[in-house]
Amino acid sequence: MAPAIQAENLVKTFGDVRALDGVSLDVPEGTVLGLLGPNGAGKTTTVRVLTTLLRPDSGRAVVAGVDVLKHPNRVRSLIGLSGQYAAVDEYLTGFENLTMVGELYQMRTRDAKARALELLEWFNLTEAKDRTAKTYSGGMRRRLDLAAALVVRPPVMFLDEPTTGLDPRNRLALWEVIETLVEQGTTLLLTTQYLEEADRLAHDIAVVDHGRVIARGTADQLKAQIGGERIEVVVHDPGLVADAVAALSGYALGEPAVERNTRKITVPVSGGARVLADAIRELDGRGIEIDDIGLRRPTLDDVFLTLTGRVAEAAEEDRGADPKGRGRSGRGRGRSTDGADGADGVEGPEPDKQAVAAGGDR
Amino acid sequence: MSTVTEHAIGPAAPTPRRGLSATLHDSWVVAKRNLRRMSRIPEIVVFGLMQPVMFVLLFSYVMGGAINIPGADSSSDTYIQFLMAGIFAQTVTFAVAGASAGIAEDMTKGLVDRFRSLPMARSAVLVGRTLADLCQTAFTVIVLALVALLVGWRIHDGALKALGAFGLLLLLGYAFSWIGALIGLSVRSPEAATSAGLIWLFPLTFVSNAFVPVSSMPGWLEGVAYWNPFSATVQACRDLFGNQIGPVDSAWPMQHAALVSVLWSVVITVVFSWLSVRKYRSAVG
Repeated sequence: MAPAIQAENLVKTFGDVRALDGVSLDVPEGTVLGLLGPNGAGKTTTVRVLTTLLRPDSGRAVVAGVDVLKHPNRVRSLIGLSGQYAAVDEYLTGFENLTMVGELYQMRTRDAKARALELLEWFNLTEAKDRTAKTYSGGMRRRLDLAAALVVRPPVMFLDEPTTGLDPRNRLALWEVIETLVEQGTTLLLTTQYLEEADRLAHDIAVVDHGRVIARGTADQLKAQIGGERIEVVVHDPGLVADAVAALSGYALGEPAVERNTRKITVPVSGGARVLADAIRELDGRGIEIDDIGLRRPTLDDVFLTLTGRVAEAAEEDRGADPKGRGRSGRGRGRSTDGADGADGVEGPEPDKQAVAAGGDR
Repeated sequence: MSTVTEHAIGPAAPTPRRGLSATLHDSWVVAKRNLRRMSRIPEIVVFGLMQPVMFVLLFSYVMGGAINIPGADSSSDTYIQFLMAGIFAQTVTFAVAGASAGIAEDMTKGLVDRFRSLPMARSAVLVGRTLADLCQTAFTVIVLALVALLVGWRIHDGALKALGAFGLLLLLGYAFSWIGALIGLSVRSPEAATSAGLIWLFPLTFVSNAFVPVSSMPGWLEGVAYWNPFSATVQACRDLFGNQIGPVDSAWPMQHAALVSVLWSVVITVVFSWLSVRKYRSAVG
């Protein structure tokens, strides 16, 4: 299928910072591309270029078949944008906000009003429609902002960290909305710091770092790229760790990794649950008592960490377009994604150890 | 969410309008939005009124007796007659602060990004803002005129000329709100925009004929004061309100005050709207 979004070699510098250093991507019609990357990697800058908000220094971009640099106003009729900060006028009511956006999409006032009511109903804001957005909760504002991006049902949508700062319930509700849109054929470019979000919504993932796309593929492909599944065992008796390693070596595809102080053994395997069952029987047969055992697959967190050497930072506010934001997060590890406890002690891109960091037990 | 499907499928965007009709339509939509905001934050309008009203009362009652107007010979030639044109002009130029703070706020709130991603006229956000400010200025001027009438200010040369004077004032206010637009686009923080919008207005309004006769200033300042865009409007208003006391100063801009006032306003509007729209197009919010 023809790509609905296409970027070739986008370069954008702010002073001596290269925010975009040759970003190329394409999003086939009707699919979702998740743009992942650390703070200041260039995600937001990419979105700003593709949505006509920022002119790149060089490169080419085509959205819905229209050249972004040559015909920005035609592109604007074909896209919807919802950013990190709910861009609604807080002194206007929800209804007035959406009507205004409709009118600025050049709809007739009557049509704009009708559409505003429709969207308010869909986003469960009907009761709040005549209250100023100032009185809305964070989740309501975000819904209103997303509704504003949907006024004309644009064939191509850009969502820049749409769920940052939302509570889990609101996040889930937004995901459902996004899934509905995609089912109906909307092409979507989504930036996110929540790897779970990319895993759930995106058909394809591009990992961006230092203004370049450093990896591209489906979530499964990316996970496979950094290694397959493995068994993790925590042995009860420290004296039996060596025995356990011997027992498991028959299933190992590579060198088992041992963490002495936690009595944990990690063994790369293939064969899924059957191998796990075999391993349990084998350990049991030798009388080795275990505290915990599980089959782990690499998560997107592992992918992220392996590729960028950094843990995804979800909570920190980031605007890729802000040159000062770049590098603020530092090269080392920052805070971990929520739920990714135990990231401490992970020093570098060693996939073997990172199932611990991600805490992902599937 | 049973009716999700029909809701999600909305209308496709109509083809964007072009040219002047697009600018007018979009500017009107944005102006409506700003007027609604103003009606919901009445503090802004009220405080915008308090300052000039206070000036009228302070200047006329506290300082009026101490300032000597050359040529004043009858008891009706009070300082308030001399003063009001200056207060009116100062009030309309304060539209700068409204425009700069409003636009800076939109920039920080991400709203300008929304506008810039919509298929609307590039100038509409700024034109809409300045038009809304013009409405606020008009309202302020009306209230101020009523207060001034209460404390003894009078229009002497008929309603038509007075309307002309108000027209010149609004034109000046509109021109200055474009200066405010450029400031708002340049500084980005609403707080900074408010001070940056006001600070240079004080020398501008005081080095003029607004509050004291120019002839009382040192020679080198006189030239500056006479050519000050502000002075031309003030002088023109004094002429049109019939508030001139004694002969008009012989300096050329004072003798042709209405013409100079219009020229200044047009030049400022053209230059600053061009600069502002250019800046808006390239703004990185």
